[in-house]
Amino acid sequence: MAKKEKTVSSVFFNGILNENPTLRLVLGICPTLASTTSASNAVGMGLAATFVLVGSNVVISLLRNIIPDKIRIPAFVVIICTFVTLVEMLVKAFVPALYASLGMFIPLIVVNCIILARAEAFASKNGVLLSAADGLGMGAGFTLAITVIGIVRELLGNGSVFGLSLFGEGFEPMLLSIMAPGGFLVFGLVLGVANYFMNKAEKKKTEEKGVIRA
Amino acid sequence: MSLYMSTAPHVRSPQNTRSLMGDVLIALAPTTIAGIYFFGVSAAIVVALATASAILFEYLWQKLTHKTIRIGDLSAAVTGLLVGLNLPPTAPWWLPIIGSGLAIILVKQLFGGIGDNFVNPALAARGILLASWPVRMTAFVLPTCFSGADATTSATVLAGYEASYMDMFLGNIPGCIGEVCKAAILLGFLYMLVRGVITWRIPVTFLAVVFVFSAILGNDPLQAILCGGVMLGAVFMATDYTTSPMSAKGQFIYAAGCGIIVVIIRNFCNYPEGVTYAILVMNIVTPLLDKYVKPRLYGRLKEEKANG
Repeated sequence: MAKKEKTVSSVFFNGILNENPTLRLVLGICPTLASTTSASNAVGMGLAATFVLVGSNVVISLLRNIIPDKIRIPAFVVIICTFVTLVEMLVKAFVPALYASLGMFIPLIVVNCIILARAEAFASKNGVLLSAADGLGMGAGFTLAITVIGIVRELLGNGSVFGLSLFGEGFEPMLLSIMAPGGFLVFGLVLGVANYFMNKAEKKKTEEKGVIRA
Repeated sequence: MSLYMSTAPHVRSPQNTRSLMGDVLIALAPTTIAGIYFFGVSAAIVVALATASAILFEYLWQKLTHKTIRIGDLSAAVTGLLVGLNLPPTAPWWLPIIGSGLAIILVKQLFGGIGDNFVNPALAARGILLASWPVRMTAFVLPTCFSGADATTSATVLAGYEASYMDMFLGNIPGCIGEVCKAAILLGFLYMLVRGVITWRIPVTFLAVVFVFSAILGNDPLQAILCGGVMLGAVFMATDYTTSPMSAKGQFIYAAGCGIIVVIIRNFCNYPEGVTYAILVMNIVTPLLDKYVKPRLYGRLKEEKANG
């Protein structure tokens, strides 16, 4: 298959669909499971990670010709740490409620493998604009995926979405859904459903191409 | 006449999935009847809802995924019945339905249907229900025996209810619908042994290990095997073909593991009963046991094996 020309929009949508970090690459499972106990936690984690992704991608892309190859990983981690520290302080100062519920998982964005993976696989090889688009796309894909998981888990485990109670008093929530095993179960189910539709769409695409060629 | 070609051994057996599952259903009949006798109409409703919804979920899933409809093999009925028997008689109507749905769709069909599930569907469903609605799942009552009396909430024997050995054996104690009457479970066990549905290895080893290990830890060993779900679990759940080891040696290790975990959970953990988790854990160990504990090949000497 011929390599397609990378454009800002193709790189951006690549992060949301074809290479969705959570649903296609299955990266960053720790924050996915830990922060999806409610939809708003998931959005918070998604936005924080997106900020770090865009920041680190841009800086690493700018410095990609200066960083020596042998010590690139420590250099990437230092850059990522800088942005995570920024995010932690910002969240603590402006959204203390989110900080209280995510707690330990904000500093742990440092070891979120999506961020290091994008630094290594994309930002260190591409220009600033593309890297920013990649960070934004990957961040949006991550945020979307974990928000869906968060909505399902909160709906089952608490009977609400974004804190808004949907069912009356009579509803008895399924506690397991907001516990760790529920996280794995819902993640697995969302992953399965997403891949089912993605594969279907891909199959359709290749079939259409085949028709044109024939 | 169509010729059927297959490799050796050409052993003919009247057994098939349907006949085996039919035998399990027959073996479960005394337990079900006893549960309904002790806990009345509400128990009958719970069991009926669980069984019917399990069959319905299996049918719907196979219909929607364009697979062969196989509810006729009765395995869904067995799973549903076991889900129902594992619930307290006070369960609200939605609990058996959700339980059967989880067992059939989440645990059985998503992993490939009959023979491909990695844990016992009924038990996994019970585990999920227990973690999700702990209050509903432990709302046990004293047996009413159709006396017309209102059901009285009560702790189980494991949680402090006092009962004689006879009451525990006959089932005149609070508990899940299917676990109380040990006499009926043993009747079902004997039937399955006679019909060759299961062997004695897993149930007997399981109960013996619980008996001995409880005695070592200073518990009343007879009470340990007569109360809670040990008997039901050992006879009907741990013996599930798909999720128990194939070799005899593997089965002994598997059953002993179940017994040890039950006693450990009962004595050292926050839960009063641990049969569900014990069997689930050993279900997961089963592929390992199948891999490493293989029966000695016929005609092969021990030394040969040792020499590789």
